[in-house]
Amino acid sequence: MSAIDKYIRQSALPHIWCPGCGNGILLAAILRAIDKLQLDQKKTVIVSGIGCSSRASGYMNFNTLHTAHGRALPFATGIKLANPELNVLVLTGDGDSTAIGGNHFIHSCRRNIDITTIIFNNCIYGMTGGQSSPLSPTGAIATTAPYGHIERPFDIAALAIAAGATYVARGTAFHTVQLTDSVAKGIQNKGFSVIDAITQCPISFGRKNKMGGPAQMMQWQKDHAVFIQAAAKMKPEDLAGKFVIGELHKSESPEYTAEYDKMIARVQGKGDQA
Amino acid sequence: MALKINQKFCKGCGICVAFCPKQVLELDELGKVYEKAPEACIMCGQCELRCPDFAIEVIKPVKEAAK
Amino acid sequence: MSKARLMQGNQACAEGMIAAGVRFFAGYPITPSTEIAEIMADELPKLGGKFIQMEDEIGGMGAVIGASLTGVKSLTATSGPGFSLKQELIGYACMAEVPCVVVDVQRVGPSTGLATSPAQGDVMQARWGTHGDHGIIALSPGSVREAFDVAVAAVNFSERFRTPVIVLLDEVIGHMRERVELPEPSELKIVNRKTPTDPPETFQAYRPDADEVPPMAPFGEGYYHHVTGLMHGYSGLPTASAAVTNELARRLESKINRAQDEITLYTEDGIEGADVVLVSYGGSSRAASAAVKMAREQGAKVGMIKLITIWPFPAEMVMAKTRKAKTIIVPELNTGQLVGEVERYVGRDRVVSVTRVDGELFKPEEILEAILAAGGAK
Repeated sequence: MSAIDKYIRQSALPHIWCPGCGNGILLAAILRAIDKLQLDQKKTVIVSGIGCSSRASGYMNFNTLHTAHGRALPFATGIKLANPELNVLVLTGDGDSTAIGGNHFIHSCRRNIDITTIIFNNCIYGMTGGQSSPLSPTGAIATTAPYGHIERPFDIAALAIAAGATYVARGTAFHTVQLTDSVAKGIQNKGFSVIDAITQCPISFGRKNKMGGPAQMMQWQKDHAVFIQAAAKMKPEDLAGKFVIGELHKSESPEYTAEYDKMIARVQGKGDQA
Repeated sequence: MALKINQKFCKGCGICVAFCPKQVLELDELGKVYEKAPEACIMCGQCELRCPDFAIEVIKPVKEAAK
Repeated sequence: MSKARLMQGNQACAEGMIAAGVRFFAGYPITPSTEIAEIMADELPKLGGKFIQMEDEIGGMGAVIGASLTGVKSLTATSGPGFSLKQELIGYACMAEVPCVVVDVQRVGPSTGLATSPAQGDVMQARWGTHGDHGIIALSPGSVREAFDVAVAAVNFSERFRTPVIVLLDEVIGHMRERVELPEPSELKIVNRKTPTDPPETFQAYRPDADEVPPMAPFGEGYYHHVTGLMHGYSGLPTASAAVTNELARRLESKINRAQDEITLYTEDGIEGADVVLVSYGGSSRAASAAVKMAREQGAKVGMIKLITIWPFPAEMVMAKTRKAKTIIVPELNTGQLVGEVERYVGRDRVVSVTRVDGELFKPEEILEAILAAGGAK
């Protein structure tokens, strides 16, 4: 039985995503990671925000929670802290997580709470028709940037690392095997894990920015991604215009819910001695 | 036949067609994927991995399963 | 009864929450509610419960809803500015039918207002602060002891009706200290959310029982289901069906409104034969009580209803108890919020609004003046 057969919520299909949208590829990659790790389906919770990305939770057969725009992480924090036995995955979008959800994002990194966040990064607000996001490249055309986006985009990985995440990786819809691997490693990390998953929005981003159809957009991902092992050996000028994928950061730091449980044990122990 | 195709789910995005290393796949006149050259299929699984709609799956041929 | 203690209102509220089974708190510091968070930070770990100070008010509300979905009774506490921030997610809890309690220790508003001065200006916000049609329960205690009792009632109602419940304290009730004797935990009636009777295979997360409340399966036990703020059918999956939308929209109100009698908490004093009846609530009910006493010393036939349940507004009860009165006086520390509800049911010509919005409490004399002006004394 494939991972899809095992974990897809059949009654919710077919999904709402446009032809060629990378979100379905990311969803499948995530289910394969869950399957690879043989996670307990009962103890796995999927939390999402609002946007095309965040519709993903509805198609997954677990306890799934579709929250408000930008707010998946606080809900996930409440779930994980109240019941640390649960595996908590957050599926979110680039706008959902770094614009309206930005504050929750950096604090979740700082707390290093054991949640794995996969950002469906298509550098656009797809659901609402193609407005610019904090990940839209400078110069990109969007419905709210009709003359070209004048802002600089975030580097999600750099943001996550600086804020304290202990596992950070980047993948793409094209590099789906590596993406599954990164998601699995993120889940295994006992701390806050961020996977920046580059994906294509052919309808709202691709068309306006003349990037061709879905296959061409994935070819673009293939042509512009450099694995970190290779990037380490390349000169800066050869990396211009490219982005690095693979495991970008791994570190050790106390995990929030474990620290809280230790504190409870300490407090309850003290009580006995009082 | 190594591939199981669900044409109801297929949205004709062309991703599997573009990335098949053996040009096994094509879109038919209704825009849905089909195996144009099934004998060329090497069961690499790239179509299954990259399909956004869970519309194509590599299934082991009967001979293989029996081994 | 346990031994008498000198206790702050916020503390009594926190202790009531814990007695009712709350084991999760998420929130953000804001005067005059911060003591509740601090007490929870202190007490919950001792009980194996969890406390988290979130990065902002909205995060606090999200964490509370998340925790409740795992089966844990959850609480947040705030004041006006934070109550405003939490509104979107309060509506989420209404739509997804997640039990939780939000304490709003009201202070003068709007905006930053006066952090350490009392007001009752969030009454309408408690009913309609979040967008869209929804039911809500809001309770307002008028004393430190009542802050404990109302906390227990709030948690029980949230579990019983699968809804957020707002507890409207105000800065004075929250920060004042009174001598109280709290009940033993064993004396309290505790209500828990209904759990599923169906096995996971046939369980439908949002199929209501006859009382219009669906049983609730906690996350983590194999009852795979979807929870969303979108309009949804019995399975929890999103739908745009007009029929399903209508059914859910109406049930979110009727599941609460049909239980008005069960939800209505109040006290009454001297209603029989009264010419003037006061309808008061929260902190200002204390000045109202004093005014009633003073008026009676002057021979007035005056009674008082002290509402503890503000929403759903106990219209039938208020109409019944004021039927024979000539004048109904509604004193509030706002520019007139609950008085509109009273007028709506009792008739505008009989109702007198007494308001104060300078950050100070009513002096009983102000309310007495209104009673006497209404011909309350012979």
